[in-house]
Amino acid sequence: MTDVFTAHHVIEYPGGYTRSVGPVIGRFLTGLRDGRLLAVTLDDGRVLVPPTEYDPATSAAVAPDADHWVEVGPRGTVQSFTWVSHPRPGKHMLDKPFAFALIRPDGADTAILHVVDCGSADAIRIGSRVAPRWRAERTGSITDIEAWTPLGDGEEPEPATLHVPAEDEQPVVGITVPIRLEYDLTAGIATTRYLKGLGEGKIIGGRASSSEDVYAASRGTDPKSGEPTSIEVEVRDTGVITTFCVVNVPGLSELAPEIPYVSAQILLDGANNTFFGLIRGCPVDEVHMGQRVKAHWADELKPDHTSIQWFEPTGEPDASYEIYKDYL
Amino acid sequence: MAGERVAVVGVGQTVHRTARKDVSMAGLVREAAQEALDDAGMTWSDIDAVVIGKAPDMFEGVAMPELYLADALGAVGKPMMRVHTAGSVGGSTSIVAAKLISAGLHQRVLTVAYEKQSESNATWGLSVPMPFAAPLVAGAGGYFAPLIRAYMYRSGAPRHIGHLVAVKDRRAALRNPKAHLHIPDIDLKMVEESFLLWDPLRYLDVCPSSDGAMAMVLGSEKVADAAPGPVAWIHGMAMRSEPTMFARRDQVNPQAGKDCAKDVYAQAGVTDPRNDFDCAEVYVPFSWYEPMWLENLGFCAEGDGWKLTEAGATGPDGDIPWNMSGGVLSSNPIGASGMVRFGEVAQQVRERAGDYQVELKTGRALGQAYGGGSQFFSMWVVGNKKP
Repeated sequence: MTDVFTAHHVIEYPGGYTRSVGPVIGRFLTGLRDGRLLAVTLDDGRVLVPPTEYDPATSAAVAPDADHWVEVGPRGTVQSFTWVSHPRPGKHMLDKPFAFALIRPDGADTAILHVVDCGSADAIRIGSRVAPRWRAERTGSITDIEAWTPLGDGEEPEPATLHVPAEDEQPVVGITVPIRLEYDLTAGIATTRYLKGLGEGKIIGGRASSSEDVYAASRGTDPKSGEPTSIEVEVRDTGVITTFCVVNVPGLSELAPEIPYVSAQILLDGANNTFFGLIRGCPVDEVHMGQRVKAHWADELKPDHTSIQWFEPTGEPDASYEIYKDYL
Repeated sequence: MAGERVAVVGVGQTVHRTARKDVSMAGLVREAAQEALDDAGMTWSDIDAVVIGKAPDMFEGVAMPELYLADALGAVGKPMMRVHTAGSVGGSTSIVAAKLISAGLHQRVLTVAYEKQSESNATWGLSVPMPFAAPLVAGAGGYFAPLIRAYMYRSGAPRHIGHLVAVKDRRAALRNPKAHLHIPDIDLKMVEESFLLWDPLRYLDVCPSSDGAMAMVLGSEKVADAAPGPVAWIHGMAMRSEPTMFARRDQVNPQAGKDCAKDVYAQAGVTDPRNDFDCAEVYVPFSWYEPMWLENLGFCAEGDGWKLTEAGATGPDGDIPWNMSGGVLSSNPIGASGMVRFGEVAQQVRERAGDYQVELKTGRALGQAYGGGSQFFSMWVVGNKKP
């Protein structure tokens, strides 16, 4: 079987992750908002930018408020770089070729990773003198510096525009960082087989040759022995509610019905494992352990989980506890 | 227990809050680590290796936090590793750190566990929809509430048992200034009237979502003998896991938990946990997990856990207090929660538990953590005497 399903998938926390930055990095970011590069002087005299909350060599704490804060730059020297000839939209800060560079601001002993906008790869070398091009609107972010640009001999850096603080402006305590993880996922043989079955109105399980236990849906192996569940077994779309809960929490999933609703573990006839399904078709307070249910299939079947919309009571007599007690 | 003797020589813990907006992640872990170092009478340079643990990276969106935090935790030029076993991670991290000493590799190991859940949303982080996987439409409570119902059915426990635990652990938290939840007027009525989330679980039956960190300095016998204060000797440690799903799996009373307890008791020579321990800190994120784990851990026969809870046996004045610190129900920085259990029992046998110190008789206590779909277990037994 070669035609396994694949899907393109994106994981992204809505609105972006927050980062509380702590008082030391907060002071650095507040400096950026003001158009200044702030650094700290460590006990051994090294000047660290961006500052960290601890001495990176000894781990000693760096006090957020002390007279060890100094302003560095704005001129800096390129320590090393790599040329990005094909910037990608949404991935890079600039939409034209640029260099990622380690830039040591004058007065600092460490370098900042940032971008240099210098037109061509020929225009940058180790030792190049650069200065920040500040954004006019600054928020207290490393991107308040749009890019660094080459600085000719004797040339004065362009100063940052004056930051006029809002009346209630506070020091920067946090930032938001959009993070996006994008990749292709393969379902694998067993899951593909199961999903294709759903598209045909069937529930396809599997079992290993060494066991009578049928898994629906199988992930491809018997979880007890690790052997492949290579023997296809169709199970019924009826079963018994082993246990359940009534959900009163709204907004847990886009797929969740209106609260209250029932989420149950169901032991399908012919299967030896339970899986979660929604129960509808009767008032939530009538749902009970041992109740017999049947899958409610979508009008239009597709090879995915939307084909079984929910389970509903069959009206048959309850299953005896003996039948499902080992499945709790 | 095989190998060299190991002891907890320093313990540090942050205050736990809904959001620790005042610190970065590095600041959070350093707050706990510095306190543990101070407690052990050590500085960063005394440490031989660092072991860090936390739950899914999805919570904060920091992949490989061990790399980001290596220099913050003084691991420059030293071995650094990260452990991840879902909710049990704080326990397994402690064990991995201790094994570095019992194996004779190191003398002093710093171990830290944390979570900064306020940087995203734990419900989102635990149930990100994935292609081809059955959608999770009921959240974490929707996973555990049916198992609680099954427990109630099997044991015949009355409905108020969970609420008793919810009250007991929140009252305990009032004695612990570092606990996240402090509800001074908590009582049964308040729990019973709190919002029904996942029937049978009400709002106050459920743990909070917290930012926090826990740290310990572990030392060899030589280090522990020279420690400035009392130490907690490790008498046994064990981990077990099992798949989330397999045919006829006992999801209420998982085999992995029973096997883990059997192993750790054998190492420590414990035959009657209810009498052999002075107390226990056990991972109880939903109130009903106290009676369920009482049975799983062998503190009573199967089906009798709720009777111990109802009789007050696990209360501060009971014969076997559980979760004197307020437990997971009062503070839940997920990645740290297991290590909080392990560290809190160390503090008890060191008689350093402040206002929630129990009276020591046997001088021994059990720490337990679990995670995933009740499938990862880690446990240790600590005592005030050398094993």
